[in-house]
Amino acid sequence: MPLEPVVGLLQGFLDLPFRDGYVPSVVYVSLYVSVIAVALSTLFSIPAALAMGFTDFPGKQFVKSVINTGMGFPSVVVGLLVLFAVSNRGPLGALDLVFTKEAMIMSQFVLATPPITAISLAAITGVSDNVRDAARVLGGTRLDTALVVIKEARYGIATAVLAGFGRAISEVGSVLIVGGNITGADGVSKTRTLTTAIQLEARQGRYETAMVLGAVLVAVVLTVNAIVVRLGDTGVNR
Amino acid sequence: MSKQRPGGREGAASRRAFLAATATGATGALAGCVGLGGGRSDDQRPGVAGETLTLTTTTSTYDTGLLDEIHPDFEDLYGATVDAVAQGTGAALETARNGDSDVVMVHARGLEDEFMRNGYGINRRDLMFNDFVIVGPEDDPAGIEGADSATEALATIADAGATFVSRGDNSGTHTKELNLWEAAGVDPGGDWYQETGTGMGEALNVATQQGAYTLSDRGTFISQRSEIDLVVLVQGPIEDGPEILANPYGIMAVNPGVHENANYDLAMAYIGWITSPGTQDAISNYQVNGEQLFFPEAVSEDPNFQQYVPEGWSNSSDSE
Repeated sequence: MPLEPVVGLLQGFLDLPFRDGYVPSVVYVSLYVSVIAVALSTLFSIPAALAMGFTDFPGKQFVKSVINTGMGFPSVVVGLLVLFAVSNRGPLGALDLVFTKEAMIMSQFVLATPPITAISLAAITGVSDNVRDAARVLGGTRLDTALVVIKEARYGIATAVLAGFGRAISEVGSVLIVGGNITGADGVSKTRTLTTAIQLEARQGRYETAMVLGAVLVAVVLTVNAIVVRLGDTGVNR
Repeated sequence: MSKQRPGGREGAASRRAFLAATATGATGALAGCVGLGGGRSDDQRPGVAGETLTLTTTTSTYDTGLLDEIHPDFEDLYGATVDAVAQGTGAALETARNGDSDVVMVHARGLEDEFMRNGYGINRRDLMFNDFVIVGPEDDPAGIEGADSATEALATIADAGATFVSRGDNSGTHTKELNLWEAAGVDPGGDWYQETGTGMGEALNVATQQGAYTLSDRGTFISQRSEIDLVVLVQGPIEDGPEILANPYGIMAVNPGVHENANYDLAMAYIGWITSPGTQDAISNYQVNGEQLFFPEAVSEDPNFQQYVPEGWSNSSDSE
């Protein structure tokens, strides 16, 4: 894992008042929840964006504006809605998901899907009609055409995924509500993410350690962005 | 988590042996009656092993590091995990009302009683206590230092219009604060009265930054004292202050008759463990910055029937 040296370095410098394994486990939970949520969102969003980009239907503009509104949906409200859904009194109560990573993934999915869909849709709509027509004329099926369009729009789609990831990993309100910010007695995070760990440190007036965790969060986001951009570039064959 | 873990576990050998024996006995009974978790496994693990107990509690028990200090012992004994969620008393009870936790550890007797009267909580025990203190900036602009009466001190703050930071979050401390205002005959409001809607630690930070007064539990204040510029101006009963500033903590299981998925066996194991002499000693020995934060009160020679029922409750229809 590329982060371990960074964390080790920081710990060496600042002698964080944490037990061994605490910070890595918090980073792990942050990544686990955000990556899975964004992967699920992407699987849902790109077909949705393609379908919307390729077809015209009544109310399309309305659906678009709903998605755009979703980009600004307050995470705390999403957290509350997911909490009501997974609470033992809610419709999904039997699954016993309160204060679990799965519940956190659900709320992150709801948060990440609108930006991924909206930005992908913009990228797909931006692909010139000529490209699409050419694919059709050359005898491409609907699927071939879709793949050509995705390839043309890949930078926009990568931006969309990164926007969704950025929203998921930096979000604090909903994961605090549905996750509960839990760390086991052994000092290993169960549902504590970097953001809720920062919130906890700030609540206790330990602003320096909160800042260090903030730096770790920025480093994680930078690393993920670099990896996604690299993946996008290797996809180019010229 | 973040606190250094002081000694406190040495000298626990005999206690450990005692607890282990108790646990084995209790587990045998459990496994026999309930047949939990696939029976006794090769290494004689308790029937609750591998299960998870969700404890909703207050920021004051969590942020002081107390739970991190004592929970490893429980997890060793029962092989079960404790998920402690720090929420504030109002939210902790609400989570339990929704059936999302198994046991609650809170500090607002009025709210606890309501919770019991509504049938959500059972088997309440007095757990421990500390006290509240009124803290403020060293220069003490309202001049309340050394006041004998907490209510008088608050009335003075209100008269002076000195900034007061309120938790404003329906926590145990907030509930106490509102009771104190009521007792002082003051209806707080205006520019000087600020509700933060946050945990105790954050409220202390806000009070530091604004040079304001606030009501704090002694535990959180001590554990955070090195980070803030506030001093105790009115002491609680631990330092011979007025009794009205007492801060008792109680613990209750969630009623499995209301929420059948509540992990009642483990909740009762936890309540039994935390009110046992060994754990009560561990609570007593827990120190931050060289000071004891919590004073156990579960172990007593004398009966204490009021801990099990809402305050002032009596079964009058049965008498005579």
